[in-house]
Amino acid sequence: MLKINNLHASVEDKAILRGINLEVKPGEVHAIMGPNGSGKSTLASVIAGKEEYEVTKGEILLDNEDIDELAAEERAHKGVFLSFQYPVEIPGVSVTNFMKTAINETRKAKGLEDMPAKDMLKLIREKSELLEIDRKFLSRSLNEGFSGGEKKRNEIFQMAMLEPKLAILDETDSGLDIDALRIVANGVNKLKSKDNAVIVITHYQRLLDYIVPDFVHVLYDGRIVKSGTKELAHELEEKGYDWIKEEVNA
Amino acid sequence: MELKDKLVSSFMAFENMVDIDAPVHDVRSEAIKSFEDLGFPTKRDEAWKYTSLNSLLKHDYSVFPKQENSLEFSDVKRYFIHDIDSYKIVFIDGKYASNLSQTTHDGIDVCLMSSALSKPKYRLIIENYFNKAATKDSLSSLNTAFSQEGAYIHIPKNKIVEKPIQIIHFSSGKESALLLQPRNLIVVEENAHVQIMERHQSLTDNAVLTNSVTEIFANKRAIVDYYKLQNDKPTASLIDNTFIKQKRESHASVHTFSFGGQLTRNNLNFYQEGERIDSTLKGVTIIGDKQHVDHNTLVHHIQPNCESHQDYKGIFSDRSTGVFNGKVVVDKIAQKTNAFQANNNILLSDKASINTKPQLEIFADDVKCSHGCTIGQLDDSAMFYMRSRGIPEKEAKALLMFAFSNNVLDSVKIPEIKQRITKIIATKLGVDIGFDL
Repeated sequence: MLKINNLHASVEDKAILRGINLEVKPGEVHAIMGPNGSGKSTLASVIAGKEEYEVTKGEILLDNEDIDELAAEERAHKGVFLSFQYPVEIPGVSVTNFMKTAINETRKAKGLEDMPAKDMLKLIREKSELLEIDRKFLSRSLNEGFSGGEKKRNEIFQMAMLEPKLAILDETDSGLDIDALRIVANGVNKLKSKDNAVIVITHYQRLLDYIVPDFVHVLYDGRIVKSGTKELAHELEEKGYDWIKEEVNA
Repeated sequence: MELKDKLVSSFMAFENMVDIDAPVHDVRSEAIKSFEDLGFPTKRDEAWKYTSLNSLLKHDYSVFPKQENSLEFSDVKRYFIHDIDSYKIVFIDGKYASNLSQTTHDGIDVCLMSSALSKPKYRLIIENYFNKAATKDSLSSLNTAFSQEGAYIHIPKNKIVEKPIQIIHFSSGKESALLLQPRNLIVVEENAHVQIMERHQSLTDNAVLTNSVTEIFANKRAIVDYYKLQNDKPTASLIDNTFIKQKRESHASVHTFSFGGQLTRNNLNFYQEGERIDSTLKGVTIIGDKQHVDHNTLVHHIQPNCESHQDYKGIFSDRSTGVFNGKVVVDKIAQKTNAFQANNNILLSDKASINTKPQLEIFADDVKCSHGCTIGQLDDSAMFYMRSRGIPEKEAKALLMFAFSNNVLDSVKIPEIKQRITKIIATKLGVDIGFDL
């Protein structure tokens, strides 16, 4: 589904990704871990199409199509979803209307009619129950005054609404207490199928107890320096990242 | 002849048309002298540094339209908020249009300034209120000198007026250039409540300059909500001078929606003459081409324990220009004042500009005063966030601007006005809103 070949990317001429190779197949869950500043969030943003990042070398293939030239919204229409580490506050736009707009714009891009209001309402009800989101919450301005936990839950609610092919969860566990973590993880697990894939970016192993990865990759200094299975995550949790850095630098 | 000279000499002709024995005529005579001394403001005046009247003053305006004009309601219906029951005071080229109006004397007075100035039963109110809030600046003086027609509204004690009042000034274009000087007086007695909306609308491309003065008195515990819709032709200009005097525990709000016109200058002045007063000044400006909108506000906190809230948003495209000059004065005895002021702007073109200047003069020491102004483009991170959810750039931009300006509408109390403004904003920004935001 996703194939990244020798990806180099920079922001303001500063190289951040220095040759990433990654393949994600349908039905798989990949975890990307690594110390701060290793390039995890950059990788997520580059896949989602943030314009400030420039791909200087390599390619990102989604279903064998190079998506480098596509705008963020076009990638979204093809099924890429990024759960933001820091969701943006948008005063004046309610959660519900934001989702209505997003869904109908995506349908428009696919040549479909707007979703009938009744179906939309039903979908919103169903998905908000999945994430245990209060109905009142949906009429509030998007992310404005939300707690850290509410923001993250709202991200996964959006993911549930949009049903992406490839979901990238960027530090979705940060700022979550254990109950919220469980709700969010439960939401993600319920959305998993043999046709979609998830990339979980995290600093800690905690989330991976709930969203169990098939593969774990360690990103360091803009490269994937080690890959393994979920046991690698436990090892990192125990020993930290220093041994990885030593291995790489040696 | 220069417009100033023409106006000064027209005053004599004006005196032949009005009752010069009426007490207000002394006020007029004094005012024409003030105007003669002061002349039109120029860019040398601090308050007019960023707004030049030069291009407006070169027209040869008719000061007294020669003929009476009439309009059919069906032709101008769209300029009314027509889906609600309301009182209406409508003028065409400065003359009262009875067929378009719906006035009343039933418990409240919603009628004409000309009758208030001439009939004995209004004498006391005119004596107590006429020209008691307006300042003696040149443009207000000019209006005072020629004050004769406009809206007169008097709401007695404890009266809650359910129907809003619409004041609409049309200009028909029968004159090649027309100067209008409406004069409105609104007196809201103790514990009374009224909602008013005002609009100036030119119906042709001929030049129109309106120099309007509105005096509003909100007595003890009165509630006054005023809405100004400025969406005129690119050949029409407006200088709006509004003065609001508030007594204790009264609430007054003015919402100004500026979407069109060649030059629009809003001189909006609030005077808080009692305790626990609340004043709200909000505005949305969305303009393009070479339009110019200037908001010049004053809130004078004269007594303790009062609040004022100012929130002005502007979106400027093409070569349009904006000015926000917000002055807050807190007198020494006005302790525990809460005064808030915000002016946020988005510039959509390199050629558009905004000059924003908060001015705080605080003489009390136990007050909360805040002010903030921003000038910016749209937030990149918000754009990426929306686009990553599948909302294309153009729609995301429009939605963000819509949300930015629509915030101000939260405090609009008449749903039909809110809807109308929402629609205008959406149209201006090219957003298709099949929903409420």
